[in-house]
Amino acid sequence: MALQVPVATASTSPAPVRPAQSRPKKKGRGWAGRLEHWLYLAPALIVLIALLGYPLYQLINMSLYDYRQAQVSGNAPLNFTGLENYRILVSDPEFWTVLGNTVIFATACVVFTLLVGGALAVFATRLRPWVRTTLFAVSLGAWATPAVTGSAVWLFLFDSTQGLVNKVLAGIGLSGFSDFSWTYDKWTAFGLVASEVVWCSFPFVMVTVYAGIQAIPTEVVEAARLDGASMPRIFTNIMLPMLRPIVMIVTIQSIIWNFKIFSQIYIMTNGGGIAGQNMVLNVYSYQQAFAASLYGLGSALGVIMTVLLMVITVVYLRLLKRSGEVL
Amino acid sequence: MKFSRTLAVAALAAMALTSCAPPTSNNAASSQDENTGTLRVWLFSEVNQAPKSAVVDATVKEFEAAHKDVKVDVQYIPVDTRAEKFKAAFNDPSSAPDVAEFGNTDLASYVAAGGLSDMTADIKGWDEGKDLDPKVLATTAIGGKNYGVPWFVGVRALYYRTDILKAAGVEVPKTMAEIETAARTVRAANPDMLGISVGGKAQFSAMPFLWAHGGSIASEKGGAFTSELDSAKSREGITAYTNLLKDDICPPATCAEFGGNASVQQFIAGKAAMTIGGDFNYKAISESAFKDKFAVVPVPGVTAGSIAPAFAGGNNLGVFASSKRHTLSADFTKALASKKSQQAMFDAMGNLPTFTDVQKSVAEKNPQVAPFISTIAAGTNFVPITDTWSTIDAKGTFTTMYQQIVTGKADVDTASKDATDAMNKIFAAK
Repeated sequence: MALQVPVATASTSPAPVRPAQSRPKKKGRGWAGRLEHWLYLAPALIVLIALLGYPLYQLINMSLYDYRQAQVSGNAPLNFTGLENYRILVSDPEFWTVLGNTVIFATACVVFTLLVGGALAVFATRLRPWVRTTLFAVSLGAWATPAVTGSAVWLFLFDSTQGLVNKVLAGIGLSGFSDFSWTYDKWTAFGLVASEVVWCSFPFVMVTVYAGIQAIPTEVVEAARLDGASMPRIFTNIMLPMLRPIVMIVTIQSIIWNFKIFSQIYIMTNGGGIAGQNMVLNVYSYQQAFAASLYGLGSALGVIMTVLLMVITVVYLRLLKRSGEVL
Repeated sequence: MKFSRTLAVAALAAMALTSCAPPTSNNAASSQDENTGTLRVWLFSEVNQAPKSAVVDATVKEFEAAHKDVKVDVQYIPVDTRAEKFKAAFNDPSSAPDVAEFGNTDLASYVAAGGLSDMTADIKGWDEGKDLDPKVLATTAIGGKNYGVPWFVGVRALYYRTDILKAAGVEVPKTMAEIETAARTVRAANPDMLGISVGGKAQFSAMPFLWAHGGSIASEKGGAFTSELDSAKSREGITAYTNLLKDDICPPATCAEFGGNASVQQFIAGKAAMTIGGDFNYKAISESAFKDKFAVVPVPGVTAGSIAPAFAGGNNLGVFASSKRHTLSADFTKALASKKSQQAMFDAMGNLPTFTDVQKSVAEKNPQVAPFISTIAAGTNFVPITDTWSTIDAKGTFTTMYQQIVTGKADVDTASKDATDAMNKIFAAK
C-alpha cells in the first residue's frame, strides 16, 4: 500500500508540485479512513465499556479480594487473595449441589418453554383469526405479568390449605391433594416454579416462532402438502429447517434467562426452599454477596455464572455452525 | 488492526492504573464534636406510623427547645430495605445520619463495618442508665464496649386457645415436655387444627427450647466463637423442638417452611391451638375472631414453675461513628430512649421498655403484658454477638439444621454436627 500510492500519483500527474500536495492528502485520508470506523463505533463502544466492560472488570477484580462489608466501609484492610474465593466455592459441596440444581432446573425450563411455545405457534397458524387473537392476547397477558406478581399469584393458587388447585383436585375425588404441600418436596417445588417460568416465558417463543412461520413462503408448504406430507412431517422437514435462525435466537435467550432465574425461586420457595433444597445459582450468589455481605465470594459466583453462560452459548453456536447453519 | 491493539492495551493500562483494587471508603471516626447544626435521625417506619411520629415529634420539640441552634431532622426508613440503607451510609459517610434506630441482631455487623460509635461513657454518665435491664444492655456490648442504647425489647411467649384446651380436657402446659403432650392431645381431638403452630424456619421459637435444656448456639472465648450445637444438652433442646414438628402435632409438610410470622398467622386464622408469639403479635391476635378465647403464659422451662430463657429481640438507638456531633447525638439518643419517652412509646405502640423499673410499672397497670415482662425478668438470651452471625443468619445455617431434621433428611446428631461445622467455618473466616 505505502509503496503503491506515490507511484500511482506520480504516474498520473507530471507536474512537480502536485505529487507533493497529493501525497500527504492521500496518507491523511488513509488515517482518517482508519479512524473513521472507530469514530462511528465510538458511541456504542463508550456505552458498552461503561455499562458492560467496567462492571465486568470490577466483578472479576472484586472476586480476587477478601472483600466484605468491613473492607468496603474501610474498617478492615483490603487483602488480595488471588483465587481463594474460587477455591472456597469449588471445595464447597453446596456449590456443586446448587450448580446441579441450576442446570437441571434451567434445562427443564428451556425445553418446556420451547416445546410449549413452538407447539402453540404451529397450532396458531391453523386457528381462525379471532381465536388466534384471543390466544395471543391471553398469553401476552401472562408474558406481561411481572415475575414477582406472577409468582405470588401462583403461590396463592397452589397454597396447601387455601389454594384453588388443591381444592379442585380434592373436589374431584383426589383426596391426597387436600393439604398437599407443593413446596415441601424438592422436585415438586422445582416443578411448580418451572411451570410458572414456562407460563410466563412461552408467549415470547410462541410469538417469535409464529412470526417466523408466517415468513415462510406459502408455496413451499403447499407444495409439500400436495406431495402428501403430513402436518408433523411438514413441521420437521420444511418449517423447522427454515425456522432455524429464529429457533436459535429463542433458545439462546431462553438459556440465558432461565439460568438467571431469581424472582420466581426467591418468592415461591421463600428464598431457596426448605433447608436450601431449591437454591439456584443466582439466588445463591445473592445470598452470599448481599445478604451475607461476602461481596468477594458473591463476585466469584457472578464470574462463574458469566463464564458458564458464555461457554454454553459458544458451544451451542459451534454445534449449529458444524451442522451447516449460516450464522 | 495495529491501531485497535494499541487502543486495547491503552484501555487495559488505564483500567489497571485507575483502580487496582475494588473501591473502599474512608469511614474513620470523626474528630469533630460540634454542638450546633442539624442532627439527622433515621428511625424505622411503621405500618401504624402516626403514634410513633407523635412521640418522636414531642421529644424532638423538647430537645430543640433545650438546645440552641439545633435542628433535628427525622427520616423514617422502611425496615425491609434497612440493610441497603445502612451499608450505603457506611460506604458514604457524608450521606449518613447522626443517630439511627436499628435491630439489635444487626448491631455486631454494623460495628464490624466501623459504622457505630462507642457509647459506653455516655451510658455510664447517664443517671437513668443504671436502670437499664443488664441482660438487654449486654446485647449491645462487644469487647466490653456498648454501641447502642436499647430502645425497646421484644420477647415471645406461649399463646393458647382457652376454649380449645378446655374442650380437649388439657391443662395449660407447665413444663416444656407438657407442651408436646398437650399439643398432641389437642390435635387428636381437633384433627384439622395444629396442636401448636411452630415452624422449621422460626428460629426465635426454637431458641428457648435449646437454652432451657442447657444448650447454647456458641460459646465465646476472648472474642473467638465456637459452636456448641452438637453438645449433648443442645441436642436435647433441638430434639424437644423438632418433636413438635411431627404429623400428630404440626405436620412437617405444612410447618417445616414456616417462619415465626407464618406460624403466628396460623394461630390468628384459628387453625392452631397454641403458638409461640411475640408481644408485638398481641394486637393482631386480640383483634382475631376468638379475641376473648385466648391467653398468654411465659414459655415454661424444663421443670415446673421455671420459665424458658427467651430471645431478647428489640431495637437500639445508636450514634454513627462518622457523626460530627457525637455529644449532641448521644444526648438526643438518651432523650429518645429516656424512661419518659419509653413510657410514651409503650402507651402509643405497646413497645416493651428496657428499664427494669418501667417494665414493672407497665406490667402492673397492663395485665396483658405481664407474661412478657415475667419472661424478660426470668432472664433472656441472645444470638452470638459477632458480625459473622449475620452471615450465618443470611445463609440460614441455624434454621437449615431444624428443617433437615423435621423433613427427615438428617437425624439430630448429623444435622447438629453439620451445623456446628458450618458455623465454625464461618466464625473462623473472620
